[in-house]
Amino acid sequence: MTLTPVQTLITVVMMVVGTVLTRAIPFILFPSNKKTPTFVLYLGKVLPYSVIGLLVIYCLKGVSLTNPPYGIPEAIAIVCILILHLWKSNTLLSIGAGTVIYMLLVQNLII
Amino acid sequence: MNQKKEAFKAAFPHTIPVMTGYLFLGAAYGILMNTKGFGIGWTLFISVFVFAGSMQYVGVTLLTSIFNPIYAFLLTLMVNARHLFYGISMLEKYQGTGKFKPYLVFGLTDETFSIQCSIDAPKGIDRNWFMFFITLLDHIYWVIGSAIGSLLGYIVNFNTEGLDFVLTALFVVIFINQWKSTKNHIPALVGLISPIICLLIFGQDGFIIPAMILILVILTIFRGKLEGGMEE
Repeated sequence: MTLTPVQTLITVVMMVVGTVLTRAIPFILFPSNKKTPTFVLYLGKVLPYSVIGLLVIYCLKGVSLTNPPYGIPEAIAIVCILILHLWKSNTLLSIGAGTVIYMLLVQNLII
Repeated sequence: MNQKKEAFKAAFPHTIPVMTGYLFLGAAYGILMNTKGFGIGWTLFISVFVFAGSMQYVGVTLLTSIFNPIYAFLLTLMVNARHLFYGISMLEKYQGTGKFKPYLVFGLTDETFSIQCSIDAPKGIDRNWFMFFITLLDHIYWVIGSAIGSLLGYIVNFNTEGLDFVLTALFVVIFINQWKSTKNHIPALVGLISPIICLLIFGQDGFIIPAMILILVILTIFRGKLEGGMEE
């Protein structure tokens, strides 16, 4: 450990303040007792749909298409989730099966 | 009391995928902190109060390098900038949550947001308690996961490689559910394609903020077309 306990504490507090700020700023800027601009309300309606796509890509950001295994385990697992979920519509089943398939693939237990 | 119990029972099943992911990723965090010389005290403190998965991993590098609080603060803002979108998305839903609001906002992680924005409390269930329990359960999973990793990490010896995919799977399933819930797929496609473009241009360490800007620009351009068209 290169930091003293006090320095560690200050660094952690900075992380807490930074995190809380990014989560709270929209609520501070647009409190519920004031009229929120219609543009922000519009964003609040459409952003949830966009953000989940962003999160999917965020999770897959480290996948390389030019080096083995070329994102194949991710692609197979996601296709399985798609098929299973469109067929059975069971959230836990889709997530569980997709994860198990992915684990089997990356641990080279199948293929 | 009964109201609370019912809300808890309704909330719990929705948090099971996050439980799997958080116990695992939290444990991985605890193990990582241990290898850097931080015991359970610091690990728990950080998991309780920072409660931000990827930021805590980035934070390990902050805690093991030269003391620079300003940089730590700015880096946190950068890494967590995507949370701004969660707040904007939840402005309406978190309205009227009263005493619950500060905690709901504090606990707005990627995973908690993804559940809160896509699932409403069932009929007859108190929505404030429902949303509170989703956030609280996720928080507890994360803290318990960190503690397990910190205390018992060295005895885990089954191969967990790939288990973190559970959170990717969660987001993919929510994406499909949202896709089926509306006829207007432009926002979902914008959210999927913008980060891919930015990832190709800026690389994995710097693509999130350009992707957020690109999403905002495109959604602004399409506003006339999309306004009022999302609810089906």
